[in-house]
Amino acid sequence: MSSVKATFPILLKHWHRLIGYKFFWPVFILAGLALCMAVDTFDFVDLYLQLILIYVGINIILTVSLNLINGYMGEFSVGHAGFMAVGAYIASLLTVHAFPPGAQNFLFPLAILAGGMGAALVGLLVAIPSFKTRGDYLAIVTLAFCMIVKSVLENIDAVGGPRGLLGMEKLTTLPWVFFWTALSVWVIRNLVYSNFGRGVLSIREDEIASDLMSVNTRQVKIIAFVVSSFFAGIAGGLFAHTLQFINPRMFDILKSTDILIMVYLGGIASISGSIIGAVIYTILLEILRPLGIWRMVLMPLMLVLLMIYRPRGIMGMREAHLFTPLRDLVTEKLWRQKKKEAPDASA
Amino acid sequence: MPLLEIAKLTHRFAGLCAVSDFNFAVEPHELVGIIGPNGAGKTTVFNLITGVYRASEGSIKLDGRELVGLTPHSITVLGIARTFQNIRLFKELSVLDNVRIAHYGQIAYTPAEALLHIGRFRNEEKRITTLALDLLAIFKLDDVANEKAKNLPYGLQRRLEIARALATKPKLLLLDEPAAGMNPNEIIQLMEFIRWIRKTFSVTIILIEHQMRLVMGICERLVVLDFGATIAQGLPSEIQTDPQVLEAYLGMEVAQ
Repeated sequence: MSSVKATFPILLKHWHRLIGYKFFWPVFILAGLALCMAVDTFDFVDLYLQLILIYVGINIILTVSLNLINGYMGEFSVGHAGFMAVGAYIASLLTVHAFPPGAQNFLFPLAILAGGMGAALVGLLVAIPSFKTRGDYLAIVTLAFCMIVKSVLENIDAVGGPRGLLGMEKLTTLPWVFFWTALSVWVIRNLVYSNFGRGVLSIREDEIASDLMSVNTRQVKIIAFVVSSFFAGIAGGLFAHTLQFINPRMFDILKSTDILIMVYLGGIASISGSIIGAVIYTILLEILRPLGIWRMVLMPLMLVLLMIYRPRGIMGMREAHLFTPLRDLVTEKLWRQKKKEAPDASA
Repeated sequence: MPLLEIAKLTHRFAGLCAVSDFNFAVEPHELVGIIGPNGAGKTTVFNLITGVYRASEGSIKLDGRELVGLTPHSITVLGIARTFQNIRLFKELSVLDNVRIAHYGQIAYTPAEALLHIGRFRNEEKRITTLALDLLAIFKLDDVANEKAKNLPYGLQRRLEIARALATKPKLLLLDEPAAGMNPNEIIQLMEFIRWIRKTFSVTIILIEHQMRLVMGICERLVVLDFGATIAQGLPSEIQTDPQVLEAYLGMEVAQ
């Protein structure tokens, strides 16, 4: 009863903000999608800028999905580029060899989806060693995985071997990138704010305690790895159909490092942080392009400074309110209200 | 029928026998203490019961069901919860989330429903959050529900750990040195608190303790371990005068 009494004034007081929270995302996504479609149809934005926006979207997908493993679960995976490669190759093989040329545009989402599913299946395999190993050792396992993917691809002639695969049409468009980015952010946010997501967090905090509090840690790890690699595969498919050319060397440890930088720049265990990290890193790399080779000196230097002054990244372990589900927000508001009232009650 | 029945339990770490031939039964609603000097194997017994270690030999039965070989989380779902000697909360998470996580074994939605926030998800989350907040209110922790667990004072962290364990709906609660780091006054409060928990949540409690005042004050029955062997079992009054126990605790000469 008391909680009902307390809820009501808060809802009254904050109704405009709560409605803001409730309708912000649907409106934002519909407007964003419409804008992307308009840009795509009428081409009133510079093509170069469009390309950068596409890369921003792909990098957001990669960063948010890697953050699930490295930030929320507290493991250190360096194999994200490997999952990306699996998705890129599956999607490209489908569009180049399997789909009829006329229906490419319609079947493109299916190719991307298949790439994601293939990557998810491989993610399932990588989840198994994570049952027994942690920390540095799991990092080595994922590193090995990344190298295996690269050398397997280099040795299959059907996919072009080291020369790579080409012949993809430029099917990745701004609206599709927007759609997949929004989907990945939404799904990963949903996961994080569920009991499975809390399970992921509890594994980071204390795996044994989490197991003893009835969390099925194996199930949680499988979910985390499958979801994370699924979206890495999606990003890979989108990447391949932007560049229209892929080869195994694109997906080596350096690519994984790029994604890691974006995760730690934006901040671990934060979806808003991942988005900020991916946007800043991608755009900064473009802006600094005139510096030539000095770009690769300046960027790491900035990263070192960031790690000194903000070791947890821009948004480390914090979340923008917009990414918190309404229910959790109301619970939090209730508590804050109570805390504010507490001194009056005692006086 | 006993709630927990341990027979011929033996555990070795690379040759070192941490627990040997441990036989023990607990009736429902009992409050039993396990005592013994440092390194006697008390915590190992807890780790064996909860599945953290797999017993080398012997059997552990809860309600007649064999627990040896099960994973810790399935044992917890069957009804055994524990706290830790050195507090092991999820430090960076909120107090509320610490308790909500313990409902993992009871959630009725599938991962797919969680990913898309559809189906049973909303109602289940509401149910879990309400249960968790109610439990926190019972333990007077609702004011700090959104505080990070690491920011709580020591006493509240201990209380939260017990609340978290009870959220798994245990039949049997294992408390590993609940009085560690407490002064005599706090220990008296803790005794009341443990009795109150047993009554309110109708659980059976086994506790490990060094503080004789606490053990003698609330336990109905005691088991004394020394170097992995059971040296005495019985009422607190019997244990207090048992020569073998005095020897283990105080040394040979005093006992004579």
